[in-house]
Amino acid sequence: MGNYIKLIALGGVALFAAVAANWGRDVSYIVHAMIILAVAGFMFVRVLRKMDEPVYATPDGYMDDVIRAGVIATGFWGVVGFLVGVVIAFQLAFPQLNFEVLQPYGNFGRLRPLHTSAVIFAFGGNALIMSSFYIVQRTCGARLWGGNLAWFVFWGYNLFIILAATGYLLGGTQSKEYAEPEWYVDIWLTIVWVAFLLVYLGTIFKRTEKHIYVANWFLLSFIVTVAMLHIVNNISIPVSIWGSKSVQVFSGVQDAMVQWWYGHNAVGFFLTAGFLGMMYYFVPKQAGRPVFSYKLSIIHFWALIFLYIWAGPHHLHYTALPDWASTLGMVFSIILWMPSWGGMINGLMTLQGAWDKLRTDPIIRMMVISLAFYGMSTFEGPMMSIRAVNSLSHYTDWTIGHVHSGALGWNGMITFSALYFLTPKLWGRAQMYSMSAINWHFWLATIGIILYAASMWVTGIMEGLMWREVDANGFLVNSFADTVSAKFPMYVVRGLGGVLYLSGALIMAWNMFMTIRGGARVAAPVGVPAE
Amino acid sequence: MENTSFLAEVADNWMLVVMFTLFIGAILWALRPGSRDVHDETANIPFRNEDHPGSSETEDLQK
Repeated sequence: MGNYIKLIALGGVALFAAVAANWGRDVSYIVHAMIILAVAGFMFVRVLRKMDEPVYATPDGYMDDVIRAGVIATGFWGVVGFLVGVVIAFQLAFPQLNFEVLQPYGNFGRLRPLHTSAVIFAFGGNALIMSSFYIVQRTCGARLWGGNLAWFVFWGYNLFIILAATGYLLGGTQSKEYAEPEWYVDIWLTIVWVAFLLVYLGTIFKRTEKHIYVANWFLLSFIVTVAMLHIVNNISIPVSIWGSKSVQVFSGVQDAMVQWWYGHNAVGFFLTAGFLGMMYYFVPKQAGRPVFSYKLSIIHFWALIFLYIWAGPHHLHYTALPDWASTLGMVFSIILWMPSWGGMINGLMTLQGAWDKLRTDPIIRMMVISLAFYGMSTFEGPMMSIRAVNSLSHYTDWTIGHVHSGALGWNGMITFSALYFLTPKLWGRAQMYSMSAINWHFWLATIGIILYAASMWVTGIMEGLMWREVDANGFLVNSFADTVSAKFPMYVVRGLGGVLYLSGALIMAWNMFMTIRGGARVAAPVGVPAE
Repeated sequence: MENTSFLAEVADNWMLVVMFTLFIGAILWALRPGSRDVHDETANIPFRNEDHPGSSETEDLQK
């Protein structure tokens, strides 16, 4: 019976997509209709071929195949996202790289959201989905709830990424930062996200452990809050059901406030709470000892939940937003410093009594540098949210440097270490194919971030100072183009930092491929005394 | 407009008190006497159920 309903639904979707491909008003919409038509058609045939086949009983072990797919997708999207990042970094340094033949698709303006969404939502999102599926099963002692619903979440989420990415290139965007996809892509993501929440909650409900481990609290808060943020920030009315253009319901300063309430909590709950969930599982696992203080982890959680949601207005200092609102955002951002550092200390101190692993285990080293960057960027962020500091830093590259020390340092490094933890486990290998390649990755990535962050500090503060410089008569000294030419050397250094970070990720992709293909490399023992 | 002012007033009086009480309450609850055993037990969850559901016997690290 279920299969008949599926067939009718898929047939309906395919028919609608075919009509939409014909009547579509813009390129992005037509291409998306074709993609949906192809996917629905493929699924229709797939379901049809399975009709009246015997249904096998669900195996009772953990559901790991979907996590394996997630590990591969994370590695793949990471490389793609970093590559686009390197391209646009050099486009800023050398505008000639906006090649005439590639216009408008290869323009910086279209590649930039492709980069941000590829790294945050494709790389980060796949990392979060696969590791939350892994963590929730292990810490609940239960198989994923909902059978193939987990597969629906994986493929549905990656379809969302394909739709978003092609949409940006073809000009389908609602121009909200980190929420660029148009209305029908938003609706699709909502459906996938609800399925994700159901799988997650269902697994927690049937757990065999008495308590819910703290990593699950963070991951659940990430899922629930992202759903809320996504829906409120994307309330829009499509101009036509046959086109991608839509109009936001909020306007003016309300729209700006909703956007940055979304934007900052996307950082807070997607890039912080979600990844902290990963941290609270993978760091104790890799260190082989329980988290330093479970009480501190609970306080970390509740403080983050109660405080983060108010911090958004610090993105709107000196705008039409009332002063009290931006002061509120600033104060809560500064208070957030404490729980963030509490969490960092909790993660680092988990290594207490196992500090020797820092020397011998490159994965632990990656986790430690990731926590260090978490601490650094959660110190820098509150500082930049202070109105006086923000008057210098806002609209400059300092912001971009801050975002990248958090994203490359904290999110990137903790995801790499999770991939290095999971790949051998999920494919039944003793360890990664090459441990020394992990070391290479560690150093390439770390030096890459340092080049990136340092050059962006220099260029950001320089440009902020140049913009506000006035002569004795009160006239501005520099034109905007003066700052652009002054920034050139730093832009090249930033691009090189990106190249190093990308090469580290390529080494990781190779290492993962070799591990999956089989066998660990036998390394010559190092530091063994001569006989 | 009256609705907005009313909601704003509720938000910055009663809701503020409710949220703050919940926040302090959650922290005090975590620090309550006797929570240590529960927390020690819970902190060790990652070291159970490694390979298949309900395999509690694997390794149980106690501080």
